[in-house]
Amino acid sequence: MSNRLFVKGNEAVAMGALEAGCRYYFGYPITPQSDIPEYMSRELPKLGGEFIQAESEVASINMLLGASACGARAMTSSSSPGISLKQEGISYMAGSELPGLIVNICRSGPGLGGIDASQADYFQAVKGGGHGGYHIIVLAPDSVQEMYDLSMLAFDLSDRYRIPAMLLGDSVIGQMKEALIPHRYQPADLPAKDWAVAGKGNRGKQTIVKSLYLGDGELEAHNWRLHKRYDLLKQHEVRYESFECEDAQLLVTAFGSAARIAKTAIRMARAEGLKVGLLRPITLFPFPEKAFLQATSTSKRVLCVELNAGQMVEDVRLSVARDADVFFYGRPPGAGSLPTPEELLAQIRKYYEGK
Amino acid sequence: MKKVFDRPVSLKDVQTHFCPGCHHGTIHRLVAEAMDHFDVQNRTIGVASVGCSVFLYGYFDIDVVEAPHGRAPAVATGVKRVHKDKIVFTYQGDGDLAAIGTSEIIHAANRGEGLTVIFVNNTTYGMTGGQMAPTTLPGQKTVTSPYGRDVGSDGYPIRMAELLANLEGTAYSVRVSVNSPKNILEAGRAIKKAFGYQVENRGFSFVEVLSACPTNWGMDALKANERVGAEMIPYFPLAVFKESDR
Repeated sequence: MSNRLFVKGNEAVAMGALEAGCRYYFGYPITPQSDIPEYMSRELPKLGGEFIQAESEVASINMLLGASACGARAMTSSSSPGISLKQEGISYMAGSELPGLIVNICRSGPGLGGIDASQADYFQAVKGGGHGGYHIIVLAPDSVQEMYDLSMLAFDLSDRYRIPAMLLGDSVIGQMKEALIPHRYQPADLPAKDWAVAGKGNRGKQTIVKSLYLGDGELEAHNWRLHKRYDLLKQHEVRYESFECEDAQLLVTAFGSAARIAKTAIRMARAEGLKVGLLRPITLFPFPEKAFLQATSTSKRVLCVELNAGQMVEDVRLSVARDADVFFYGRPPGAGSLPTPEELLAQIRKYYEGK
Repeated sequence: MKKVFDRPVSLKDVQTHFCPGCHHGTIHRLVAEAMDHFDVQNRTIGVASVGCSVFLYGYFDIDVVEAPHGRAPAVATGVKRVHKDKIVFTYQGDGDLAAIGTSEIIHAANRGEGLTVIFVNNTTYGMTGGQMAPTTLPGQKTVTSPYGRDVGSDGYPIRMAELLANLEGTAYSVRVSVNSPKNILEAGRAIKKAFGYQVENRGFSFVEVLSACPTNWGMDALKANERVGAEMIPYFPLAVFKESDR
């Protein structure tokens, strides 16, 4: 499996998921992610798996809930407006402690928006887009290779913590083609899914997958149990990339496709002699709070770049507390609004001076 | 002496929380008898819906997954695709199945999913306090149709068993009632048949059960039971609407 392939980001997600043992896909077409269901509809039957093009996003997330309740590795994918429809099911999965992979290849909004790359679903992804006060695991790939790698990781983290995982990409990452070096999935040492329904069989005791807790204090205890697990994620599962940060006077932060543009701008800035680095969160939840705190012990200025009008910047500000000045540059999505490296370089020059 | 009557093994030995005169207890028993009949308790997975019936895991001694409002057929689809050899059924009320979940039930039936659906129709939203349902009869007063259902603005009661019988994927669609001993026996036979369709891998089976909701109808148990026969059956005829021989 060491061949170098030239594939689309969307295909890489599907390939990674299949390699990780995903055998159930439920989805509904929406641009710019339809390559994923198309790939799955072609490949899953060959593997003895199941592909269902559901009647709606609502139905597909609930099919995922059902398959996941049986302990199967299963996934759905969609794009922003479709993810809004899935939020009901995501909240129920979170409440029922069910794993599962949800891929969001974001497009612009609000409403119908357009199919341009956008990062305006950040709040919805990391703050609990459905009702009830929960979190899901959110991973943000910045390359076709990471689309492949992180889809495997998403399944492992999701299974380990019994929390749904979202792969948050956008139409740039989903639609672009670049080199992918596929590799074998290394099965993680994961707890047995003894909570899954299978019919009572010989267990003698029924298994119930539910989110309804009506007894005195039961729901509060359930919620504290979930929140303790979110703390464990923060302690053990934070991932980020640090690029030229050691001597940085200005720290740039961005995720996904925005980070790629930022990286080019940083290389240009370095060529000019500016000491600039990039801290790229890979896990958006859990957010790399400590990494920011550590980085800003030397660098007192942070520029947050996003393909939206400012969302992750709030988590950056919370992470650095009062130790650094945080600036923001972003543009709400729409055709022609993707910032160029030159545009970001101008912002880097501006904030490097400490304005 | 021969024992002729006993609690089905698929049913737990507990008291139900249902209101006096409510038919859920009877319908639960019939479903449990069907599971016992085919000896499938240990390989059955129930999908609980929203409303009074969500607590079915407290009464049926089987594995259960809880579904969001109206989505039980989608959840059950996911379950059945993983466990093809298991028996999977949903148990849904009329607000759940005929309003918010219309899309899910129609498409699960149309795909011919190997599921059994028990649809309890009491012409109202029970747990939320007796609001108008898609099955509320013309002129019927509810807390959100205080002047009686006006078909001019509220539309007509939906006949789900007839509707689903039209779909190619539906193998068995029937409407029964539990308002008399004769009808209870008939309902029991229909529910057994519906499970039988699944046991034999013959496709999607659907049983609509007319049922009383004395509390929300503002009636005592006997009056409510009488209403099922006097008012509901004339609008929702008891019949087999489809019985596939495939």
